[in-house]
Amino acid sequence: MRPVYIAGAGMTTFGRSEWSLIKLASVASLSALHHADLGEIPVDGVVVANMGAARVNKQTALGSALVDQLALHPAAAESVENGPASGASAFKVGVQAIASGMADVVLVTGVERMRVVNGLEGTDFVASLSHPEAEYIYGVTLPSLAGMFARLVMDRFGIERRHLAMVAIKNHENATKNPYAHIQQTITMEGILTLPEAAVNNPPIAEPLHLFDCCPVSDGAASVVLVSADVAAKLGGPRVLVAGIGQATDTHAVHEREDPTDLKAVRLASEKAFAMAGLAPSDIDVAELHDAFTILEIAESEAAGFFPRGEGHKALERGETALDGRLPINPSGGLKAKGHPVGATGVAHLVELTWQLRGEAGDRQVPAAAAGYACNFGGFGNNVVATVLKREAE
Amino acid sequence: MANVGELEALLRPPAMEMPDYPPKVITLASGERMVVRQVAREEVPFLLEAIYPLLLVERDFYDVVGARLYGELLAYKRYRVKDEYVLAGLIDGELAGMVNGRLVDNKTGMSYHTLTIRRGLRVGSHLFAAKMEYHIEHCGQEEVLIVAESPIGFRRWMIEYPLEKKFDVQHELGGVPSWVLPRDTYFAAKPRLVAGHRPVPDELLEKAETIVLPAQETVVRQVAGEKEGQR
Repeated sequence: MRPVYIAGAGMTTFGRSEWSLIKLASVASLSALHHADLGEIPVDGVVVANMGAARVNKQTALGSALVDQLALHPAAAESVENGPASGASAFKVGVQAIASGMADVVLVTGVERMRVVNGLEGTDFVASLSHPEAEYIYGVTLPSLAGMFARLVMDRFGIERRHLAMVAIKNHENATKNPYAHIQQTITMEGILTLPEAAVNNPPIAEPLHLFDCCPVSDGAASVVLVSADVAAKLGGPRVLVAGIGQATDTHAVHEREDPTDLKAVRLASEKAFAMAGLAPSDIDVAELHDAFTILEIAESEAAGFFPRGEGHKALERGETALDGRLPINPSGGLKAKGHPVGATGVAHLVELTWQLRGEAGDRQVPAAAAGYACNFGGFGNNVVATVLKREAE
Repeated sequence: MANVGELEALLRPPAMEMPDYPPKVITLASGERMVVRQVAREEVPFLLEAIYPLLLVERDFYDVVGARLYGELLAYKRYRVKDEYVLAGLIDGELAGMVNGRLVDNKTGMSYHTLTIRRGLRVGSHLFAAKMEYHIEHCGQEEVLIVAESPIGFRRWMIEYPLEKKFDVQHELGGVPSWVLPRDTYFAAKPRLVAGHRPVPDELLEKAETIVLPAQETVVRQVAGEKEGQR
């Protein structure tokens, strides 16, 4: 396999956008291409990640549409739909194209515009990733799956609601340092948990998860430009190596898992990614996890190998995952506060890591970050892509 | 021919005795403390200034709500609506949102509008709850007639309380079939939805005495959910 580098990264602000789907994708793509500064080097391929455009935006074949919009013909164009893991899956397709020698430059863009439908429709569209006969027809939604998961994990490991609140408070604080974040508003333990008003401020969504345990519904796009070693050498500048990618699946229906509290696909995908990178979890300086619900940040931090099982909330409590901690998790604000345009999320993880590894993350920069890890959590943990990036000396 | 004073008296609707709304303070998710207090008639021009830029914001029906609220408050200021009241939410004196309504008679209240400027902190929910508190607990009414002009309002009022249908009554806001919050439903919902403490500490009351308006651009940006420099 040939080595693959990220030469450029860019994104739109996440939030509620009046822009069309393809405009969102174009702006993020142009931003990444500008960052990569390819000059006359052509783009060989474009891969677009998205989950819901066919349903909520009535648009398909987004890869072709983006190539046309950016006048990148005759570049190859692909569209990837893999639920909430669409972003990292598209990234993997791009990496494979370069690693195999089929391409030298690939633009990977994730995009979602889901605020065009109301909350009920949006929740239903995301719930369509659940098992159709065992889950969806019974009214299962992602918040309800996460609520049941949280109940089991919390009971088993002594996690309290205050730990979930700590995740939310940390990620909201981080997002205030991220100009691309959907929610730039700090929150407090008093306001969301301990004062009587917290019952109104932070109502239950799917017990034990409350409003501030859940990510917002966002529009947005994120892009990276992948290049071969030859192209990277021509471009110069900081080099971010795609050191490892791992993907793993689990049963579609959560109740069929031997232990529903074990995020097996996260564990296996991460093991593969670390093995490919030749690194261990302890080598990672910064991580972007898929905290669509606060409990997932804690559970994924354990399944990825950063903390022993049942110890993630203790590390959080000790401040180890804070921006100034031993392993900053979600310096971008995470899905919780940066936002979660589903198809864009996996790419946005890698945009943030690229900026971190290049020392371009502004006020949320993790000092001397040299290796980063991302977890893109598809389905309810039934399809996970883990990625390890590494900064290389110029 | 009647003189101006007599004619004006005929043009003004008759007024009922209305109790004052005692101010309260609510700690928001952000930790900021919002004082909810009644707005006097002479303060209405400040609110009108805050509403004005929203008349052209289509998002979430702010234009409809803004235009109607503007008219209602103007009518209140100039004595052209019966028994109206206005409450405002103020964070460090800065206007975060407002609600209004009126008393139909001793038993029935008519909820008008809820307009949130500072979004994302359930300011609207708190202010709507304060409005219901005023009708039921302070005015001693039996029920409040309510409609929603946006899906957000429908979710907040009709579903969260939950309200009952009273579709044989046309609400004053557009003749929409009305929903109603009966007294017992209010008290059932109160532990979940009505927050706040009294008395308000003096230093907070003092800050809330003068209404500070956010810049018009800030108001539009907050309401439209835009980031600085992104349009």
